[in-house]
Amino acid sequence: MLRTYLLLVWTWTRAAAQYPVSLVLLGLATAVVGALDLAGIALLYANAPRIAGFTVAEVVFLYGTATTSFGLADLALGTTERLGRHIREGSLDAMLVRPVSPLVQIATEDFSPRRLGKLVPALGALALSLPALEVSWTPGRVAMVPAMIVTGAVLFGGLWVLTAAVQFVLIDVHAATKSVTYGGAFLTQYPMTVFARDFVRGVTFVIPLAFVNWQPTLYVLDRPDPLGLPAALRFAAPVAAAAVCAAAALAWRTGLRHYRSTGS
Amino acid sequence: MIEVEDAVKTFTVRRRTGRLRRERTERRAVDGVSFTVAPGEFVGYLGPNGAGKSTTIKMLTGILTPTSGRVRVAGLEPARHRTALARRIGVVFGQRTTLWWDLPLRDSLTLIRHLYRVEAGAHRTRLAELTALLELGPFLDTPVRQLSLGQRMRGDLAAALLHDPELLVLDEPTIGLDVVSKATVRGFLERLNAERGTTVLLTTHDLGDIERLCDRVLIIDHGRLAYDGGLARLRATVDADRVLVVDLARPGPPVTPPASVPGVVVERVAGPRQWLRLPRSANAAAVVAAIAEHHEVVDISLGEADIEEVLAGLYRGDRPYEPAAGRPAGGPAT
Repeated sequence: MLRTYLLLVWTWTRAAAQYPVSLVLLGLATAVVGALDLAGIALLYANAPRIAGFTVAEVVFLYGTATTSFGLADLALGTTERLGRHIREGSLDAMLVRPVSPLVQIATEDFSPRRLGKLVPALGALALSLPALEVSWTPGRVAMVPAMIVTGAVLFGGLWVLTAAVQFVLIDVHAATKSVTYGGAFLTQYPMTVFARDFVRGVTFVIPLAFVNWQPTLYVLDRPDPLGLPAALRFAAPVAAAAVCAAAALAWRTGLRHYRSTGS
Repeated sequence: MIEVEDAVKTFTVRRRTGRLRRERTERRAVDGVSFTVAPGEFVGYLGPNGAGKSTTIKMLTGILTPTSGRVRVAGLEPARHRTALARRIGVVFGQRTTLWWDLPLRDSLTLIRHLYRVEAGAHRTRLAELTALLELGPFLDTPVRQLSLGQRMRGDLAAALLHDPELLVLDEPTIGLDVVSKATVRGFLERLNAERGTTVLLTTHDLGDIERLCDRVLIIDHGRLAYDGGLARLRATVDADRVLVVDLARPGPPVTPPASVPGVVVERVAGPRQWLRLPRSANAAAVVAAIAEHHEVVDISLGEADIEEVLAGLYRGDRPYEPAAGRPAGGPAT
């Protein structure tokens, strides 16, 4: 499955390389848009040194971890949101008669190296913020940084597939599902304390976005939870990621079994 | 190769009947279809739009799960073992390509080799063979988006056959093709079936496909099988009726067929020309004589009804074996 995935990625990359200028320009544009986000954060802190109790370095750290996780998930599974279009146009049928999971086929479709552009400002933010954080680095805290990025990516990946599977039932909800995936990415770029408490509870326990970086970051920065939730939650990200992935797998299978195809 | 036993596929259609009320109705796209196809057969699957052709094809290839009934293809249950089945069958949709739009055809075919895990040596031989038979040579290195419809269809056929499947399922393979491309595709399918023994199931609206290729025809209408048999028998049904074209001196109402010859019906009237359908046994000369008695006849011709008309009759629900006596004389005037 991974081999096929990489093979398809390579094939699409070669196809994208047929238009080298557009590839480079789009890659740059993606990177610039990401960098603008960062500039926005900098602008915010030019007026207030602390927001909701967090310093610039800490917010940039949150931003960096969230966008790296999101960028990785988007890179791997972002095109699954096109499922609705494939159902409408009937191209899902063509995928279903090949001996490869349609999920792999959709996820790799149109793969272009320009998606890597999103990771440039994300990794840049991480590189900027890490030395500036006022943290006494223990081995646990050091290990937590890559661990949270990976589990965060898995969590976002699960959400992509889960929201894609919803399109088996509601073909035209593409825009609505974006609010979960892209909205989730936006949400995790800021300290959760800037949002209302009930909202934070929602993204902790319903759509477990708080586990992407918020809870692990509380551990890295050694902060008390503003909502007073148990400290064990800081290590619960893998559990949340596993739960989301299980739900996504179930939804995908169910959706495929009840797939109705289109006329013709 | 294919076993279908009492297959049913129903779709729930939701219809808005009020502000909030919704009515759910069940529509049976395929309603208890049974047939078997033996290895090596070349079967045509016909029916009007919306009759259930594509739904059947999709159940056979594992895209759709049947609501009830039993479907087996190459000994497998398609919906449950879709991926395993995909390695053993080839599928071509005439309406859409399974190739990658931006890749040269050659790259698409290489990719398919990997997806189907065809061994490199076997792939080379097979590709060379298909390239020769389908005349792919001139456009192997052209991106698929630049191919003509005929070239693309040949590319799609090659893609579906690279892994040497036992069964080839084609959904309207000649749709939109010009005469030359149609001939190439048909010639290729004929050889594939005769020389490699590949079983072929083909849906089409093109009767040329059927006449040239199919030993056996299945006709589906309103989700039910309306005919299953050889083309010869279908043709015999066709031959049962003949068409008499009469040109009168001036336009007029439909002529009255003579009472002495039963079963004669006026099918169509267009100006001074009228078409009459005659049962095989009817005495055409007597009919002509009777008409000439009351009208001034300028010209007459007698021909066989074509297969298209019989199909149209089948689709309307007429029984093919009974003469069209029940229809009102006159028919639609044009």
